[in-house]
Amino acid sequence: MQWETVIGLEVHAQLATRSKIFSAAATAYGAEPNTQACTIDLGMPGVLPVLNAEAVRMAVKFGLAINARVASRSVFARKNYFYPDLPKGYQISQYDLPVVGKGKLNILVDGEVKTVGVTRAHLEEDAGKSLHEDFHGLTGIDLNRAGTPLLEIVSEPDMRSAKEAVAYLKKLHALVRYLEICDGNMQEGSFRCDANVSVRPKGQQEFGTRAEIKNLNSFRFVEKAINFEVERQIELIENGGKVVQETRLYDSVKDETRSMRSKEEANDYRYFPDPDLLPLEITADFIAEVHTSLPELPDAKRDRFKTHYGLGDYDATVLTATRELADYFEAVVAEAGADAKLSANWVMGDLSGALNKAGLEIEQSPVEASRLAGLVRRINDETISGKIAKQVFEALWESKDSADDIIEKQGLKQITDTGAIESIIDQIIANNPEQLAQYRSGKDKLFGFFVGQAMKATQGKANPQQLNDLLKAKLQA
Amino acid sequence: MSLSTKEVNKIAWLGRIAIDDDKIEAYARDLSGILDFVEQMSVLDTSTVTPMAHPMDQTQRLRPDHVTEENQRGLFQANAPLVDAGLYLVPKVIE
Repeated sequence: MQWETVIGLEVHAQLATRSKIFSAAATAYGAEPNTQACTIDLGMPGVLPVLNAEAVRMAVKFGLAINARVASRSVFARKNYFYPDLPKGYQISQYDLPVVGKGKLNILVDGEVKTVGVTRAHLEEDAGKSLHEDFHGLTGIDLNRAGTPLLEIVSEPDMRSAKEAVAYLKKLHALVRYLEICDGNMQEGSFRCDANVSVRPKGQQEFGTRAEIKNLNSFRFVEKAINFEVERQIELIENGGKVVQETRLYDSVKDETRSMRSKEEANDYRYFPDPDLLPLEITADFIAEVHTSLPELPDAKRDRFKTHYGLGDYDATVLTATRELADYFEAVVAEAGADAKLSANWVMGDLSGALNKAGLEIEQSPVEASRLAGLVRRINDETISGKIAKQVFEALWESKDSADDIIEKQGLKQITDTGAIESIIDQIIANNPEQLAQYRSGKDKLFGFFVGQAMKATQGKANPQQLNDLLKAKLQA
Repeated sequence: MSLSTKEVNKIAWLGRIAIDDDKIEAYARDLSGILDFVEQMSVLDTSTVTPMAHPMDQTQRLRPDHVTEENQRGLFQANAPLVDAGLYLVPKVIE
């Protein structure tokens, strides 16, 4: 039987505010346990939550960026459950009146544009952290994270493969970072994802029973976990079993999903409007003001890169994947004063490759945009060849010198003097009469031998095109 | 509206309230009485009424995003039955 996969994602993006959503305690990551948890975060009696304006602004920013309707009136609700890292016994969230309504995101998969619906996005507070390591058989609770603002972004079940899910997630990740509303750090849990996965026979309208997979803290794990879960469900059904609706945990070490101890009773959160918080009103003026503060968004930037720089779809998409990479590229082009495509090739090729290998992000690049631009400029004006450029790039990476200094110090300037190249060629021909005879008798492959010799003699500095032309002429003479 | 003993037990469990078995029936009767009292309101047609989110006809005031709280861990943890390395310790929970 042909099966179809159906995936919906729930993303929790930690909003990059300085203080918490309902208190004035700090949100900074990595502080000593419980040093950033105030009476409100601890759920002490008699305290009142007061909503952070910046968290609201960030939610509105997101709503506008996905073309969603921003609710003029939304309501905070209590989601009730007991867990030690939730001191109040309820999480302040939003239920039937979220701040952001239906929106959409376009993703690019295998060259095809696909639209994924966003059902809603709502504001809520994060819980604390439970540490189950050895505390004399007890659990340690750190409430620094309690009250950190989250934007929960719920997608429609519109994705049909793990690949699409990852494309959506990456798009969302880039978007929240463009908007500067979330730092996107998945290791630190600032951008978390749960996946609802089900399968159904191809052509069937109703959805199959879904499992919710938690603990997906990298793009790679999202893909692997979904693929594992799809296989598991198909195998289960084909062997006469039934998928049960449950929460499953992804184990990246074993690369499998495991059932979390099934809850005897279905969750019963008993949502109700939080009497401590009045309804949130967002005026048209406020929305208009936020609108004017929106940065250029990824799709718009990609289109501009295509029209303004004449880049292809692929290059433009890669270069606008993050705001930092796009900014870096634009800085290189502006300074290099060269063909944008050449700059694009260097940013996407050698630079990205080296960063990848070193495990660095573009903003941590040891080669600043201005120094890479210096290199591109010298390739463009033919001071150095593309091959020598790689050598210069390595030196740029290792030192703080400019491309010009490196070229000067290492004597890498390209030899473009026809006379100089000719005399080198003459010398080589004179030294290799046998190869010359073979070449002239039709062994064309030996051309490469002569190029190699000439490059060796010039330490790779001869202008390749010039060398080819001159060599061809001399060999045939 | 009449609550069953099963429903009373469930409500007690959700609220983590211990109730004696011999009192369940009394609770069921009393709670049902309260619900019946409230039920009288359902004779009104509310289809055109916006549900009230808050009894006060005001909107939420917002706070600027400033950190003004200082670390008072020592003070707060003085109340806690058990702490270690800055953490509050609670009976082991494993989900």
